[in-house]
Amino acid sequence: MIGLEIHCQLTNLNSKLFCPCKADYRGMAPNQNTCPICMGFPGTLPLLNSEAVRKAAAIALSLNCLPGEKIAFFRKNYFYPDLPKNFQITQFDAYGHTSIGGQGSVRVDGRTVRITRVQLEEDPGRLSYQGGGDGRKTTLVDYNRAGTPLVEIVTEPDFESPQQARTFMNMLADIMENLGVADPYLEGAMRADGNVSVHGGGKVEIKNINSFHDLEKALHFELTRQNSLHDRGIAVAQETRHWDERRRITIPSRAKEAELDYRYFLEADIPWVRLEPGTISSIRESMPESAVSRQERYIREYGMPPQVAAALVSDRFCCDLFERAHTAGTARMVANMITTDLMGMADTREKRAASGILPEHLSVLAASIQDGTITRAVAKQILYDLARGGGDVRSMVRGASGAGVDLAEVVRQVILENPEAAGQARTNPQTVNYLVGMVMRKTSGGADPGETIRLIREAIK
Amino acid sequence: MDLQAPATALAAMVRDGRISAEDLVAQTVERIDQTRDLNIFISTNPRAVEQAREVDRRIKSGRVAGRLAGVPVSIKDNICTRDHRTTCGSRMLEGYTPPYDATVVRRLLGEGAIIVGKTNMDEFAMGLTTEFSAFGPTRNPRNPQFVPGGSSGGSAASVATGASAVSLGSDTGGSVRNPASFCGVVGFKPTYGLVSRYGLISYANSIEQVGPLGRTIGDVALTLEVISGPDERDGTTVRSALREPDADGGGLERRKVGVVREMAPDGMDGGIRRALDGAVSRLESRGAACEEVSLGMVDYSVAAYYTITSTEAGSNLARYDNIRYGYDLPHEGYEFHRYIAASRGRFGPEVKRRIITGGFVPSAGYSGRYFLKALKVKSRLTREMDELLGRYDYLVSPTVPSPPFRLGEKIDDPVSLFLMDINTVTANLTGKPAVSVPFGESGGMPVGIQMMADSMNDARLLQAARALEGDRGR
Repeated sequence: MIGLEIHCQLTNLNSKLFCPCKADYRGMAPNQNTCPICMGFPGTLPLLNSEAVRKAAAIALSLNCLPGEKIAFFRKNYFYPDLPKNFQITQFDAYGHTSIGGQGSVRVDGRTVRITRVQLEEDPGRLSYQGGGDGRKTTLVDYNRAGTPLVEIVTEPDFESPQQARTFMNMLADIMENLGVADPYLEGAMRADGNVSVHGGGKVEIKNINSFHDLEKALHFELTRQNSLHDRGIAVAQETRHWDERRRITIPSRAKEAELDYRYFLEADIPWVRLEPGTISSIRESMPESAVSRQERYIREYGMPPQVAAALVSDRFCCDLFERAHTAGTARMVANMITTDLMGMADTREKRAASGILPEHLSVLAASIQDGTITRAVAKQILYDLARGGGDVRSMVRGASGAGVDLAEVVRQVILENPEAAGQARTNPQTVNYLVGMVMRKTSGGADPGETIRLIREAIK
Repeated sequence: MDLQAPATALAAMVRDGRISAEDLVAQTVERIDQTRDLNIFISTNPRAVEQAREVDRRIKSGRVAGRLAGVPVSIKDNICTRDHRTTCGSRMLEGYTPPYDATVVRRLLGEGAIIVGKTNMDEFAMGLTTEFSAFGPTRNPRNPQFVPGGSSGGSAASVATGASAVSLGSDTGGSVRNPASFCGVVGFKPTYGLVSRYGLISYANSIEQVGPLGRTIGDVALTLEVISGPDERDGTTVRSALREPDADGGGLERRKVGVVREMAPDGMDGGIRRALDGAVSRLESRGAACEEVSLGMVDYSVAAYYTITSTEAGSNLARYDNIRYGYDLPHEGYEFHRYIAASRGRFGPEVKRRIITGGFVPSAGYSGRYFLKALKVKSRLTREMDELLGRYDYLVSPTVPSPPFRLGEKIDDPVSLFLMDINTVTANLTGKPAVSVPFGESGGMPVGIQMMADSMNDARLLQAARALEGDRGR
């Protein structure tokens, strides 16, 4: 079985968990995003960022956790140079349930995955190593990250396959994005450790996994390794292993991390935080609708096919466009345009950022299709042009429909040019289709197919 | 000029222009120089006189000069002063200069106080004789052969000698009240959360407070007024208002006072017994009804106190790893864990003792027997105190159950030193305010009487304690 321990930075907050430094330290020169508090200078005290508590509670609620009524912080004591105070302020359920959340569950690929706990804690700084060629290695420390708000999510060992674990990570990334608490695609913003055990053997923790893709690979490797040990009658020892990105294997960790005694005790500098029922409901109300409930709503209210609804909610960018572009009457049309046309055109973050597609574009196009001004195919072409270089959607629609194309005249011409086909068409519907194709060619796909068929039938009567 | 005049009087004279802040501070600096043998200060402020002149200029130009205008104050060396070395009495921070002022320091400066120096203390406030300072012991002004108490020994001695008018100390288990008692001055431990700890270098952060020392209760009350109140930089400061002192001027009529039996055991020093009896008579003569009360958990309080403070100290002092600040120790050739261990060798013996204890008592397998049990004692003691203070307005006892002793006399006997804390730790473990007022003597050395009250009754407590003032038993 597989369990996960995920750390997610709240990158969208303005400040760190206990001081006014920036929560998103990326792109800064080393040790520029620091102050006496996050550097652990003597005499400084942590000042809890109450917005971080609200955001972490929102994450817990999204995972259907029971929110803690009284939140307490604890010190986890260990020496490491990336930890300015040589203890980490985190949470710990020593006096009952005092974490942000616990006892949650979510559905993943039809399975229930239980969430053990959701905790709020501070991220340490980062170490990097230099030199080594001449036998002398230097350890450098950058504290820009130290004190960044981090939410730890621990699951029960409820995943059956590495694929499910990855699906869960994608879900979680969607939740973070949807709540607006973090950009999960920033480097290091979402990190996962895996716990793997097979056939009742020892639990192995895998650390140092740097991407969702590698998580799946690492879990897969570890399952295979443990199963093969088991098949040969060798017991799997409980240990911590590291994922070796380059060799694509897990290797035993040198540090005996499991043996550390963290001497957890209450952080008295941070008073207990009461999460009153009123606070919880105000957090709930401020939370955007979850992907699952959105999908259900689209199917229920608009009669959207489930696959279309699922595709739509899986993509934050597209879903936002949909929400702002549709009316009850155009919902299905807008959804179709997004999922069949737009998703293919703007399939990378860069293309989306550059595309300049606005909700208004989609609402104008959908309305124009529905009132017969333009066809679906013309709309697709306009959408494509908009995604490339932008422009004024209304004049583009006018240009396509009001080009003075007289459909009846085009039909008359096509029949004149194809007398034989026109004769056969009286008895053979296949031939009608051929004529429609000719009309389409002349109008570059701009003709409405229904109207074209009607005009052809009339002309050959 | 009388450097022993109350700070309230000195400030009034400076504001009225009867004396200049410059003269007052210059004479204080001279006094500091004359008392150098007592080793009261770790460092002095070279710009003190210049800053006093600025106060005089303010007054001359008619601007507000503040409630402590020109008053020379000293600050214990574990309270951060911007751009002024703050050592905690430790070699570990020998060269450390904080980049910011503690909130209490900012508030003092905002009222025109002049910081004349940083006072000596037991290393990281661990001790009650000031002998555990890395910069040598402070001596008791009354008799230099004697310890001044601790850990705020320098603060108490500076106030007693007129080397400052008032001082800020810190009180984790009696560190303000104990030296106040030994040096014959007033020392106050506020309700937990009344005074900001931002900038107080933590030893046992769940129970300690910054507290003022002065020659009069009025001075201590004024200083407390200036430094207390909510601070956005310290989440543990309380927002609820202090109970106002009685409008009738603090008479003790109809007040009930409990004399804590466990804090005045049989066989206690004769001088201290006489002082306590005298204090009780005095309170009764002012209308209070005194009777003996029992606080059973006191017997376990010192053990609980050392368990809790060691645990927190072990964690609070972990940050001194010489990586982000500290002293010059080349890192060449070290693996970082070895470097951290090597750099921490600079801690003194008492600090090491408590860090080691602090690693053990909360550790897996032992925390149930020690740390968690200590927390239980703390909560039962608090219940007992709450119950007693529901029936009595004030509790009274000797501040320290034995008289001041000579330097070196107890330095190798940590257990007997620990027991000196028995009357003071209760206020810290329960968060209650407590004051030590000089009253009587024993063998020619000062004795202090302690009064405690319920949380947020700090102003009322100081008002009631005035009944003991004015008789220093000389």
